[in-house]
Amino acid sequence: MLVDSFKFLPRSFRPFYEGRGPFSGEENAVWAPFEKRLDESRIALLSSAGLYVKSTQPSFDLEHEQTHPDWGDPSWRAIPASARAAGIAVAHLHINDEDLLADPEIALPAHLLGRLANEGEIGGAVAEHVSVMGFQERTLSDWQSKTAPELAAHLRDQGADGLILAPV
Amino acid sequence: MMPSVAEERLAPRIVGVEFPFGHPFGMPRDRAMQRRTLELALHVLAGAARAGTRVDLDVEWPVPLREAYRSWQPKVPSPIVRRMLEARQAP
Repeated sequence: MLVDSFKFLPRSFRPFYEGRGPFSGEENAVWAPFEKRLDESRIALLSSAGLYVKSTQPSFDLEHEQTHPDWGDPSWRAIPASARAAGIAVAHLHINDEDLLADPEIALPAHLLGRLANEGEIGGAVAEHVSVMGFQERTLSDWQSKTAPELAAHLRDQGADGLILAPV
Repeated sequence: MMPSVAEERLAPRIVGVEFPFGHPFGMPRDRAMQRRTLELALHVLAGAARAGTRVDLDVEWPVPLREAYRSWQPKVPSPIVRRMLEARQAP
């Protein structure tokens, strides 16, 4: 089966995504070999669903996006692997959040990953996964200068050997 | 979600899923579907031999297309879509 990337996208949106090629300055593919065995590796998850822990973390800034439609909040949140669905909130203006709130595992399957660790399929899972809000300004300047380095440092601190990025 | 776009952007390892936006690992509470997706992602992570490796998940979304197409979309258009719609309607 070959996946149709545009099956669920409004037809008029397709030109915004298709045929644009790599970002400027990113014309060469990045490659890091995965040298450990999965059952010896600690894995992290990154979701772009705008998830946050509602009791301890601020929402992503949706008010600013309302008045600046080209802008998206470039900050990030550390999501504890032990977080329960009832404690997770969603801040993302571009998707219906009902299913995400009902079951955040559809975007950040932290409990499932923990089960795979218990079963020995992977070596372990990080204590804190990562959430960002996927709609970002086109230049990605904040991402390049601040968000991405912070995320890389966080994942190193967590001892992650590999990262699954899950765009929504 | 959009593996051909990830290929254009030169993502090193790609798992394609034909799921509606907002559901990268599958249906809510469908642990079998979520597990199948996550396990494929893990095996592509660890087993891909070269940059640009793409493997598509052979799972069909179990909801009629028209319903799935509607249900992932926000109830209120996002700010940028709202601006596009307003521009389209402007004289």
